[in-house]
Amino acid sequence: MDRITTIHSRPAVLPASNIDTDQIIPARFLTTTTRLGLGKQLFSDWRYGPDGSPKAEFVLNRPEAAGCQVLVAGRNFGCGSSREHAPWALLDYGFRAVISTEIADIFRNNSLMNGLLPIVVDEATSDWLLENPGSEVTIDLAATTLQLANGVSVNFPIDPFARFCLLNGVDELGFLLQQQARIADYEARHQDQ
Amino acid sequence: MPKTMFQKVWEQHEVAPETADTPAVLFIDLHLIHEVTTPQAFDVLRRRGLSVRRTDLTLATMDHSTPTRTEQVFGGVPVVATAAARQVQQLERNCSEAGIELLNMRSELRGIVHIIGPELGLTRPGRTIVCGDSHTSTHGAFGALAFGIGTTEVGHVFATQCILQRKPATFAINVNQKLQRGVTAKDLVLAIIGQIGVEGGTGHVLEYRGEGIRALNMEERMTVCNMSIEAGARAGMIAPDETTFGYLADRPRSPSGAAWERAVERWRALPTDPGARFDREHTLDASLLEPMISYGTHPGMVIPITGSVPNRKDDPVFDKALAYMGFHAGQALRDQPVNVVFIGSCTNGRLGDLRGAAQLLRGHKIAGNVRMLVVPGSQQVKAAAEAEGLDRIFIDAGADWRESGCSMCIGMNGDTVARGEYSVSTSNRNFEGRQGAGARTLLASPLTAAASAIRGRVTDPREFL
Repeated sequence: MDRITTIHSRPAVLPASNIDTDQIIPARFLTTTTRLGLGKQLFSDWRYGPDGSPKAEFVLNRPEAAGCQVLVAGRNFGCGSSREHAPWALLDYGFRAVISTEIADIFRNNSLMNGLLPIVVDEATSDWLLENPGSEVTIDLAATTLQLANGVSVNFPIDPFARFCLLNGVDELGFLLQQQARIADYEARHQDQ
Repeated sequence: MPKTMFQKVWEQHEVAPETADTPAVLFIDLHLIHEVTTPQAFDVLRRRGLSVRRTDLTLATMDHSTPTRTEQVFGGVPVVATAAARQVQQLERNCSEAGIELLNMRSELRGIVHIIGPELGLTRPGRTIVCGDSHTSTHGAFGALAFGIGTTEVGHVFATQCILQRKPATFAINVNQKLQRGVTAKDLVLAIIGQIGVEGGTGHVLEYRGEGIRALNMEERMTVCNMSIEAGARAGMIAPDETTFGYLADRPRSPSGAAWERAVERWRALPTDPGARFDREHTLDASLLEPMISYGTHPGMVIPITGSVPNRKDDPVFDKALAYMGFHAGQALRDQPVNVVFIGSCTNGRLGDLRGAAQLLRGHKIAGNVRMLVVPGSQQVKAAAEAEGLDRIFIDAGADWRESGCSMCIGMNGDTVARGEYSVSTSNRNFEGRQGAGARTLLASPLTAAASAIRGRVTDPREFL
């Protein structure tokens, strides 16, 4: 996994709350057996009409969305299924961070495992971002800060272990594999579950 | 110090406790897998030269992308789409290489992953259970700690039989009194989600408690725990009791003899101690509930079937949901014409669900404007239903009787609702497009679904009782 230190980008803004995983990547695309190439199906039913043509009014189809690496969304982003295809699709499209006032548990976990930063902010920060879609933000993972274009800088919470893994470009499996002796010991003591 | 059931199960599975710097390492007693969320995890194992640590604690089935038409399941007709066929073949190959037991398309034990675990006796009190599927919360009905994980974590469990977790908070849902006739466990959980909200449980493990829960049988408890994720909670739990032990006794893979006696003794110590504190609590009176139905595009947008769509000023997201559904504020849902009725899924695909619907349908025909699909949750549920003649009741009423699978709950296997159509569905999610692009889903109980099929309009099942 690539190391993440800072992200500097204009955000794309989707103000809807409760954007669920079926919107991020509809189930009919889950028959894939790889994790690549899902970006073109990201938000498929919002992005394309029934005939497959792009809907001009959808935010990701507008010219100013090109190159955006940060997605700002309404409350409770990523609710619903455990499909890791959701962060895979966002990453494949080019997003590297999602900002919301609340991010669903499984989606947040899945994002951290793949290097998509789930950033939870307070209402005031979120409101400002939703109202100022064109303004650049800077995310500093080492400092755990989100810097807005108005000069305001806010701290965001992130699990220290996930942060360590992301900053160093290592995955969590390596840590688990180092625990094999303890796991074997646990197994020896619990044979009757 | 009195402990909650969650705390007890958590502590019993700590291989290493959490620290400020690192999450807990939690041992997993049962890893259920299926075709959709595993291929990429097997790839990682191969790439890193790892193997599956505990094949004896891993069980595979096929359910999400598999067809439900008998001729497609058994007639040598390939799975609906090439990609889905490849996924199913890859699971066959991955399981055979890894030495994992797979209940494949020809197995009499195959079914939806959350139906077969309990029915085989693998889902047990006090176990930790994971699966790459958010409705893994179902298994919490037995007092297990069960939650959905992503594909990367599936790989972690393959390689180490462990998972890294921060300890969630606890949330008691106290259900006083009992449900009235015609009001089911599905209505109860829809009401709970409506009350605490689709993000009400985020960061928490729910424990459903009280007289209203104790009165439920195991299938009903599974329906309740199944939808914990729809309130944002990763897990929901119900304390094991005689009802639980009665269900598990004599299941094919339940412990037996002295091992059963030891297990029951352990299980009796699991319920939350008197005086234990929960981080949050919510209380409701089950006897006041009516059959519930959803009107919007998430499972928190629900009303009693006698009610009308609420009015919310200056809420564009709410307006967008109503526009998608083709509803307006103040509208009653009763008598709303429906096109499709779906009975099945890990929420309501068990024998009791089918019995309830069949009892209501017996001697009736479904309305001419309705297409009805009845999909048993497993091949065992199907066989049991057929042994009682439930299939005849459904077929005589004009419904389609299918092989088991996720079917119309997820719309990735050939069973879909067409754009713009209204579906009264016993499944768990009414998200936009969940049952097919443009499909409009009304979540309800099997009784409400059956009553609505007869009339061809959203119907209060109590009219038939």
